[in-house]
Amino acid sequence: MEQLIIFIKKEFKHVFRDNKTLLMLFGLPIAQIILFGFALTNEIKNSKIVVCDYAQDISSIQITERIASSKNFEIKKTIFDKEQIEESFREGDVKLVVVFPANFHKDLNHFNTAQIQVIADASDPNTASTLTSYINNIVRGYQQELNMTSMGSIKIVPEIRMLYNPELKGSTNFVPGVMALVLLLVCVLMTSVSIVKEKEKGTMEILLVSPMNPFTVIIAKAVPYFFLSLVNLTLILLMSIYLLDMPMNGSMVLLYFVSSILILCALSLGLLISNVTETQESAMLITLMGMLLPVIMFSGFMFPLENMPVPLQVISNIVPSKWYYIIVKSIMIKGLGIMSIWKEVLILSLMTSGLLIVSLKNFNIRLQ
Amino acid sequence: METETVIKAVDLTKKFGNFTAVDNISFEVNKGEIFGFLGANGAGKTTAMRMLCGLSKPTSGVANIAGFDVYTETEKIKSHIGYMSQKFSLYEDLTIAENINFFGGIYGLSDKELKEQSNSLIEKLDLSKNANKLVGELPLGWKQKLAFSVAIIHKPSIVFLDEPTGGVDPITRRQFWDMIYDAAESGITIFITTHYMDEAEYCNRVSMMVDGKIAALDSPSNLKEQYGAATMDDVFYYLARQAKRS
Repeated sequence: MEQLIIFIKKEFKHVFRDNKTLLMLFGLPIAQIILFGFALTNEIKNSKIVVCDYAQDISSIQITERIASSKNFEIKKTIFDKEQIEESFREGDVKLVVVFPANFHKDLNHFNTAQIQVIADASDPNTASTLTSYINNIVRGYQQELNMTSMGSIKIVPEIRMLYNPELKGSTNFVPGVMALVLLLVCVLMTSVSIVKEKEKGTMEILLVSPMNPFTVIIAKAVPYFFLSLVNLTLILLMSIYLLDMPMNGSMVLLYFVSSILILCALSLGLLISNVTETQESAMLITLMGMLLPVIMFSGFMFPLENMPVPLQVISNIVPSKWYYIIVKSIMIKGLGIMSIWKEVLILSLMTSGLLIVSLKNFNIRLQ
Repeated sequence: METETVIKAVDLTKKFGNFTAVDNISFEVNKGEIFGFLGANGAGKTTAMRMLCGLSKPTSGVANIAGFDVYTETEKIKSHIGYMSQKFSLYEDLTIAENINFFGGIYGLSDKELKEQSNSLIEKLDLSKNANKLVGELPLGWKQKLAFSVAIIHKPSIVFLDEPTGGVDPITRRQFWDMIYDAAESGITIFITTHYMDEAEYCNRVSMMVDGKIAALDSPSNLKEQYGAATMDDVFYYLARQAKRS
């Protein structure tokens, strides 16, 4: 135990004496948050939507059919009760709900005007605004056709509601992504580099020849970076909430708990990388190449996953940050509790334990 | 006085797949002895040393270090040996005092022992003015002397030195050997590998590894006599040329 404390103290000294490390640790997150301030738009295909049909008349059914035949949408189900709308969103994959009021067709015929309501999950603002404009186009197309056949000027007015993020702020979308990116990148980089550095400098051999248990070495390496990552997380959260007006609707405790799992996951990955590399440069290169691209590509905060070819969507499932991204969005924006996100948390935990076991085993083998 | 054996190896072998890095070596080293472990690069010195330190498990054979078995008691071996590698192996971004405290600490020295040891060590090396300097700022010779002192800070029975004087100037090397003699006198057994043949002359006994086997083992003067050579250099050339693997 005493050895562990001595070792941990030493690790902190390494960190605070190296300006490069400090810059990487705290400069990177700040730069990322500022850099990812812009958002990207993209066409979105096969988004799952729900139709809430109080009317069930010819007009509502015709519009529903048009939506269903569009390549952008896939109707998950039709419901007949407003109460179920919130529930549908909580299922996670529903992006949008279209509500037809009762007497929709009658209103159109008698008053030449009727309303439909479009409710979108705006926690991903790009997707939300793109999807609502697709719906608008479909409705306008239907309206034009009606006007060609009938004499009157019929008008369907879509009333749009953005759920969770009414102002369509991009930050709500990229902040959880940057959190995932920064935590993964910084943690993996720090741990792998600090272990490989000991290998490179020859101090690892001295440590292995010492009576110190190899696992003490690992724990001593992990503790400082775990702690610093939590500081980092706090820094990002403060910046996002006070600088970028990111909402925080859920439990802070839950958020820190889930983030701890991701940090552990990153530490294991770092250990794994340090097992297979011999120099700091190669550890850095592997981390950057192996982490940056998948995290940016497959977390879903830059490019909508729904839009990717199926094989890539499948691959995205093995990227831990994808799950973390979903969880953070659910907690911060939707204010959901553990009951709604336990599946994602479980997946993330399983990934972490798997990685931890593999990397510890690997470290053990190397000692023989 | 009866001599005490602190290192005993019998038919020690290490194979990596088809390659036999260390091939049935047997030798004994006595307490307080300075034992030179020579051989060309790739002869198997480092592998043999790693086995003796408990870093690598032998494929077959027996080895006892300070009375402990290398197969089953590596943890005990580790607290009875010191080790200094050919790479400089202190933390350059820590100060001299911090390095001493760290390594003393992981060897389980108490605070009191640590304080005494580090004071006497700093005094002995004449570093009191520099105790709070980062190790990275010291000249190489000083670093190596410091590394050696740190390697024996816990008073081990054996210290393994893997080419400790590589790249060090002749004067510092001389001082380094004075430190080795002091340590040997205090009862610490020195197990040293080197490529400098003048250093081989300083050893009580030397062994010469060729192709994973021990080709010769005796005191430097006996070896020179046996091979009819004037210097250890000639002995080394004669034996190393017989190597079949490169």
